[in-house]
Amino acid sequence: MAAPLTLLLIVAVTIRAVLFRSSLAELISARVEVVSPLNAWKRVVEGLALLDLGVSPYSGDVFHETPLMIYLFHFTVDYAEIVFIVSAYFVDCLSCFLKPLDRAKMAINSNYLKSDLLFNFPGCCELISWFITIIVCLCFCKFHFLCTCKYTDVRLCHQIADGITALALYLSIQTYNKDVFRKQKYALESDRYSADCLELLRSPKEMFYIPLKVAMFYLLNPFTILSCVAKSTCGLNNAIIALFIFCTLKGSALLSGILLALATYQSIYPLTLFAPALLFFLQRLYIPVNLRRSSFWFFTLQYAFMYVGSLVVITGLSFFLLGSWDFIPSVYGFIFSVPDLTPNIGLFWYFFAEMFEHFRLFFSCVFQINVFFYTIPLSIKLKEHPVFLIFMQIAIISIFKSYPTVGDVALYMAFLPAWSHLYRFLRNIFLVSCVLLACSALFPVLWHLWIYAGSANSNFYYAITLLFNFGQILLVADYFYAYLRREHHLTHGLYLKKKDGTEATLVLK
Amino acid sequence: RGLLTRLNTPICIVCYLAAIVWFMGLAFEPFTLRTDMSENAMGSTMVLLRGASAVPRQGVRSSQKTGAVSTWLVKAMQSRGLEVFTQSFSRKLPFPDENKERYMVRGTNVYGILRAPRAPRTEALVISAPCSPGDSNNQAVGLLLALAQYFRNQVYWAKDIIFLVNEHDLMGTQAWLEAYHHTNITGMEYSPLQGRGGSIQAALSLELSSDVITSLDLILDGLNGQLPNLDLANLFYAFCQKLGVLCTIQGKLQRNDWDTAEGYTHAAQTMMLMVLKQACGRSWGDHGLFLRYHIEAASVRGINSFRHYKTDAATIGRLLEGMVRKLNNLLERLHQSYFFYLLPSLSRFVSIGCYMPAFGLLVVILLLRALDLWVHLGAPALAAVEGVTEAQQPSGPAVLTVLTPVVISHLTGVALYLLPVHLQEMAVEHFPVSETEAVVLTAVAIYTTGLALPHNTQRLLSGEGTEQGWKVLKLTALLYLAVLLGCTALINFSLGFVLAVTLVPITASMTPHMPKALSALVMVLLSPAFTILYCVFIYQELIEAPVSVSEGWMLFLSVISQGILDHALYGSLVYPLLALFIYPCWLMFWNILFWS
Repeated sequence: MAAPLTLLLIVAVTIRAVLFRSSLAELISARVEVVSPLNAWKRVVEGLALLDLGVSPYSGDVFHETPLMIYLFHFTVDYAEIVFIVSAYFVDCLSCFLKPLDRAKMAINSNYLKSDLLFNFPGCCELISWFITIIVCLCFCKFHFLCTCKYTDVRLCHQIADGITALALYLSIQTYNKDVFRKQKYALESDRYSADCLELLRSPKEMFYIPLKVAMFYLLNPFTILSCVAKSTCGLNNAIIALFIFCTLKGSALLSGILLALATYQSIYPLTLFAPALLFFLQRLYIPVNLRRSSFWFFTLQYAFMYVGSLVVITGLSFFLLGSWDFIPSVYGFIFSVPDLTPNIGLFWYFFAEMFEHFRLFFSCVFQINVFFYTIPLSIKLKEHPVFLIFMQIAIISIFKSYPTVGDVALYMAFLPAWSHLYRFLRNIFLVSCVLLACSALFPVLWHLWIYAGSANSNFYYAITLLFNFGQILLVADYFYAYLRREHHLTHGLYLKKKDGTEATLVLK
Repeated sequence: RGLLTRLNTPICIVCYLAAIVWFMGLAFEPFTLRTDMSENAMGSTMVLLRGASAVPRQGVRSSQKTGAVSTWLVKAMQSRGLEVFTQSFSRKLPFPDENKERYMVRGTNVYGILRAPRAPRTEALVISAPCSPGDSNNQAVGLLLALAQYFRNQVYWAKDIIFLVNEHDLMGTQAWLEAYHHTNITGMEYSPLQGRGGSIQAALSLELSSDVITSLDLILDGLNGQLPNLDLANLFYAFCQKLGVLCTIQGKLQRNDWDTAEGYTHAAQTMMLMVLKQACGRSWGDHGLFLRYHIEAASVRGINSFRHYKTDAATIGRLLEGMVRKLNNLLERLHQSYFFYLLPSLSRFVSIGCYMPAFGLLVVILLLRALDLWVHLGAPALAAVEGVTEAQQPSGPAVLTVLTPVVISHLTGVALYLLPVHLQEMAVEHFPVSETEAVVLTAVAIYTTGLALPHNTQRLLSGEGTEQGWKVLKLTALLYLAVLLGCTALINFSLGFVLAVTLVPITASMTPHMPKALSALVMVLLSPAFTILYCVFIYQELIEAPVSVSEGWMLFLSVISQGILDHALYGSLVYPLLALFIYPCWLMFWNILFWS
């Protein structure tokens, strides 16, 4: 599987590199759909310049990234050469090992294919795949970026972030699929499924390509490409969330807690992913979700402690790096109170531009609570299926967050192939895909009519924003319904009958 | 949903007919709205008109003989107390323009600024008159100078007034506007402006083709079919009424007998003319380029149609004075009235809400067909008892079969966009044609070669195209076309509608199972290039100058070269749209027809 993945990475990197070089890059990085005030590269450059001058980057109202992020960029920009030399050396050393390793891996692969344990790759094999892909990626980066000037080196950072996200998603979906298959086998052995739902079961053949499709959906999604070419820091946030998912699915509670804290630190909203991660670990350790059991409380507290502890450490670290608490109001206050009303694909800007000033606090509470509000009912409904819950949460965050961009949308869309078995239960997929497609095309058109031609106005653009979000909500709701319906069918049989014998339909309540 | 699939074809036909009928009905007077001044600042207060007199056109004429128009203009403007500046520009066209006989263009714009005595000079108005060699427009330049002299002595100006005399019509305007706004979109070389007023609120362009004026024609269609705010047209109409000047739009006088057949035909013709002019996306007067910079602008053209009733220059001067004074009263940019409209006559208009349904009905056909295909595609997958594995299997190759035609047709589109201009030298070397002909004929040749391609792509793909393959391709192409037409219609309704009328019927009904020769013929006859050809004929018919087939063909070729030039010089988007999107999309349907 490493070969197609490597090919995919190379294609993705090449597309991005070509776009970086073309004149489109500047155009894309000015699009409001692609960059938000939070993650615009232009603002990061401003922050870096302030930092270089020894001024707090948060003085003024331009920069809203977190301190760790700006120090990361600071480091990349200043020590770019060292990074490159190290990576080049790394590549040279390892490239001679490449061939034999590949052959060894092939041998392992073929052995396992024969022995019918399709999903039981040993860890070393996985590690080798990792290495090969990273090496090839670096090779390409080396070619593409050796002769670039200051600040443009950061392109590499964004490309790598996208690559890491895709890899992490790939590996986590692979792990997840193994898990699902194992569970399905146990359930079949213990006869928990009803007899006539054999066609609902998932076969290894069908599941084999899903991780690759997930990686492809992320890397070749135009939304991700746009976001990467615009050098939006959204790609890095996505990478952190993807790594968090990977660590969670691998079962490492400590790493998962740290990464979740990091994601929260970046943009607060991933806070809601705490619930699915906890549920996943509880399920993994066979601890029932029972409020009266001490083992439940023990683990919950343990995980919460890891999470809060690392959050405190990270925040403290930023304080020591920066020497002030300036970043708290400038980053989190900015996210919560939504002072920047630049139009974007979200729901906030228009409402907040229209409303009276003295309702502002009330409405920002109402709007922000949307993100967190769905966590509890969804966690209760989906407590057996934490990975699907993660997907739902990410989608909800990207719809209801205060400064959404297409990069956020791309992250949850990458999960869609993982639910391809739900396809037969989806009801509105045609409508939704038409709406999303049309909206993506109409965004720039209506922006042009509003801003440049002056013949349309903000209402036109907001109408499209509303429609786009409506499409997204419909999509997520449709998948939610389909997932629950499949689970229902698995236990109750595919062909449901009402009491009087007529065919019954399921209603989501 | 079941009903929609069963009655799909009848519904589509009904939709198409309804769209045509709706569109034709738009010209019927009871369905249209009266134009009404919406801007308060221009509404109730009537200005007292005094009028400028004594038009010094002799000077213009004599100076043109000696060939020193710009120096004479500078002197003339200075003597009228304006701050005068000149701007020189030069531009090498990608290939010679045979209609206007120019290739290496070099010219000078002269403009004078009348500073506003009553306000902080943050806003400006522009009155422009194109002045080309030959005495085609010297009447207008004379009138401009007379107005400048008169305006100079008035105290009520709250906005700077810029009097612009531009050479080489649109190119001069383009150079001046780009320099004014510090942009350079089209790679023109120009000297920077030395003097500058505030942000330009509105502009009027003046063209008087002869000494004797019987009526005034208002031109609104700008670049890419952009229109100025309807209030500008209202303003013009109101003053024409007040001063008793005959005013026309699209060269058609308004008739009052809407309830007779002739009256309706007249209105319909006027509207059709507007649709065709707007659809071709070029700027029909100097004002068209102002619209890009968010400046409301219109051209006023004097026409001598040999009627008895004549309008003297003083009346036109009063008319312009009135319009400029009303614009001077504006507190903010014109925004109250409509930006999207069609005009069956000057006093009546059709707003976006009224005409969009006609277009919507056409796009609904595409969506209905797509839905139908979707249901057909989904049905066998659900019926298969083996379920998911069976349905998943063909999806891999299906994506590939769709991707290849899409990529190939788009590459043809890119070739159609890039090659004509780049290959002209080679074509001129090898064939006995001029550069312009070379460009146009290369475009036509590439267009025709594109038709031969699909046969090859199918074989390259190795293996038979499946039933599912073309359905997926058609589904993609239908959605693509629907989105494409929708976006086009939002920016330029007329273009979107004209394309939809010709493309929708054939694309909606196309399958590989139709008789090949006949449907191929029909398809070619309804292709984008033929749409342009029909538009040329209809346009000529409507302006009452019908042409023979050979003349029509020559016109068609010149329209193509003008389209390419408009794109290169002013950034008109029609040519790239057709070459890069519409044509490849049409090729995809062509591909379906020859699916084997």
